[in-house]
Amino acid sequence: MVIEQIEAQLPGAILDRHDFRGDTTIVVDGARLLEVVDCIFREGFQMLLDVTAVDLETRELRFDVVYHLLNLVSQDRLRIKVQVGEGVALPSLTSRFKSANWSEREVFDLFGIPFTDHPGLERLLMWPDFPGHPLRKDYPLDGGDPFCNQDIGASYAPLARSLNA
Amino acid sequence: MEPSKYAQPVPSGPVDGERMTVNMGPSHPSTHGTLHIVLELDGEFILKATPIIGYLHRGVEKLGESLTYQQFIPLTDRLNYCSSLMNNVGYTLAVEKLLDIQDPPRSRVLRVLCSELARLGDHLVCVGINAVDIGAFTAFLYLFRERETIYDLFEMMAGQRLHSSFTRIGGLFRDIPPEFEPLCGQFVESVQRTIDEMEGLLTHNPIWADRTKGVGCITPENAISWGYTGPCLRAAGVAHDLRKAQPYLDYETYDFDIPVGTTGDVYDRYLVRTEEMRQSVRIIRQCLDRLKQIGPGPVIIDDYKIALPPKEKVYTRMESLIHHFKLIMHGIDMPVGEVYRATEAANGELGFYLVSHGAKSPYRIHVRPPCFPIFSSFDEQVRGRIIADAVAVLGAMNVIAGELDR
Amino acid sequence: MGAIDLDDAVLTTRLDAVINWGRKNSLWPMPFGTACCAIEFMSVMASRYDMSRFGAEAMRFSPRQSDMLMILGTITNKQAPVLRQIYAQMAEPKWVVAVGVCASSGGMYRTYATLQGADRVIPVDVYVPGCPPRPETMLYGVMELQKKISRESLSARKEHIERFYASMARQEELQEAKGLSSQQVVREMVVAAGEQGGQQIW
Repeated sequence: MVIEQIEAQLPGAILDRHDFRGDTTIVVDGARLLEVVDCIFREGFQMLLDVTAVDLETRELRFDVVYHLLNLVSQDRLRIKVQVGEGVALPSLTSRFKSANWSEREVFDLFGIPFTDHPGLERLLMWPDFPGHPLRKDYPLDGGDPFCNQDIGASYAPLARSLNA
Repeated sequence: MEPSKYAQPVPSGPVDGERMTVNMGPSHPSTHGTLHIVLELDGEFILKATPIIGYLHRGVEKLGESLTYQQFIPLTDRLNYCSSLMNNVGYTLAVEKLLDIQDPPRSRVLRVLCSELARLGDHLVCVGINAVDIGAFTAFLYLFRERETIYDLFEMMAGQRLHSSFTRIGGLFRDIPPEFEPLCGQFVESVQRTIDEMEGLLTHNPIWADRTKGVGCITPENAISWGYTGPCLRAAGVAHDLRKAQPYLDYETYDFDIPVGTTGDVYDRYLVRTEEMRQSVRIIRQCLDRLKQIGPGPVIIDDYKIALPPKEKVYTRMESLIHHFKLIMHGIDMPVGEVYRATEAANGELGFYLVSHGAKSPYRIHVRPPCFPIFSSFDEQVRGRIIADAVAVLGAMNVIAGELDR
Repeated sequence: MGAIDLDDAVLTTRLDAVINWGRKNSLWPMPFGTACCAIEFMSVMASRYDMSRFGAEAMRFSPRQSDMLMILGTITNKQAPVLRQIYAQMAEPKWVVAVGVCASSGGMYRTYATLQGADRVIPVDVYVPGCPPRPETMLYGVMELQKKISRESLSARKEHIERFYASMARQEELQEAKGLSSQQVVREMVVAAGEQGGQQIW
């Protein structure tokens, strides 16, 4: 499988690997991301479907940047995760995949994770001088607007999670 | 009283004799949903097109982190609002993958049936609106008559015309009523005739060919690099359809073909969508036969830790009441883990990425919209062409702002 | 069998009645379509639930040439100044129909990105609830607007429209003073109004 190829050609690049419900995930070091991506590109993973991120606020390396790739020939899927801390930049994949352009802009907009060598890294979904990064866990759902959650019985706010902590 | 300053015409950008900047949108008749494209023009020729999105960003992903898995289903309806049921099916399949459960056979057939009806509906709107933008208004009226019948079918099934929220985790909301199958059988015959009528209006029409052939071509390698999926990718020549490549809901047992184009231009995309409509009709016929074969049965799984028990049991038996209470107050007991599940929606690969930490709400929900990468290539597609081509390309990309911006 | 009510049967010679009759039977819509309600609006304009029966067939998609602004879909905070600009560009007499729960109150999207009701930023005449409202409901909303128009009087000044233009002037002053984008200024005005207990910024 492709993971054996990566381990053969780039020893030490893969930090962790797990399979869950048929999905293969590898955790890669940010510094070696471009090498790993070039290796799997040669193995046939030529479509980058999606770049997204998860905010694990209590961990030291706060964000998990997640890449989903598809091999059109063998129909295999691969998920690559890179753990980054607050303010640390990742290399952009726009030179390899054109679909990375807007996906990385969205991650920058909603999480605040910068990407180096991106042709135009600016906000995508929010307006240019929007303060903050909405999908971070410390950003409130109503964005600081007190009218938003007024007069409703079951609040959507973080209290909704307390029943099953 | 002096005239309001809003009564004065406002120049739309620097006019220096060479270049002009024009805003197409966000309130524009041919931007479906709200899109904003800043066009830098030299006369009619487009030098650069910068799409600006986010005008319909409603915060769905963050809202999902405060709702239970079941409560997220109505939010998925509103993603691709032209084919709402496919979003419901895609999302519940992702949750079912996380739970490692499967819905009963009758529910699988019904899910395929409504997905194909929704795909038909989406293509009807897409081709109709594409035609309206280019100037062929009649095709839209014919196609919308069929879409009204699809609305009647959805209303019969789920109670709502557009946003049905028909699926539940583990199956469906309820079984179809007896009037559904005769109306669906009639519809299948009449929609064939309507598609033929529409093709008669457009396919060999020289004006349509002039406006759409050679406009917005893309090579297969470029399409793959841009992350294209769905009809736009197939029009470019890549025979990739998740229903054949990575089948789900027993699609491998149905008999249908995948239309593939050659140049990827607007004309090819129109032809691919039209042929997909015919193939959807083929699949719907097979679903109706299969429903008769399978006969009556459950449409949701029997596990009361995941699906709500029927109301008769809740009102008469203690343990069903307790199951009902636990499901509503505590939610489903989710395993810890993450999944990505993709289905072939009308526009392409609609993916749901769920991260669960075992709580009653997902820790992170991410939707991979099919038209997001397609629209990001807009600049490359229209550079050097005229504004009229930009309108045609925008229609053929079928950008639905609900799923683009979430 | 009581006294015969003449008002309905006989066209009175009062100027108001004549003008209002003309206005309400030729409402030219400006469909400000953002989301799913725009798809139901397409159904309303198509053959089954024809809105041209009400004189509202001429959809010009230009605020300069229409008198009824139909807000079809969710208004996000990014879209709010655009909506205000479009409403400002319409000539009087003008009316606004907020179609759908998203335009009326923010709908199910109580989030940082969605405006909790279009009436926070522009004056609204008729609210049509539903998600999306059935085409018959939209037609009923237009009929209610027609009833409202027939009760209007030419001599009454449109106070809410004046207040709206005053709020546009305030918005522009704030933009100049702070150097922020229109979206950020409108958002700050909306949040400030919410904190003071009010809802509207006009």
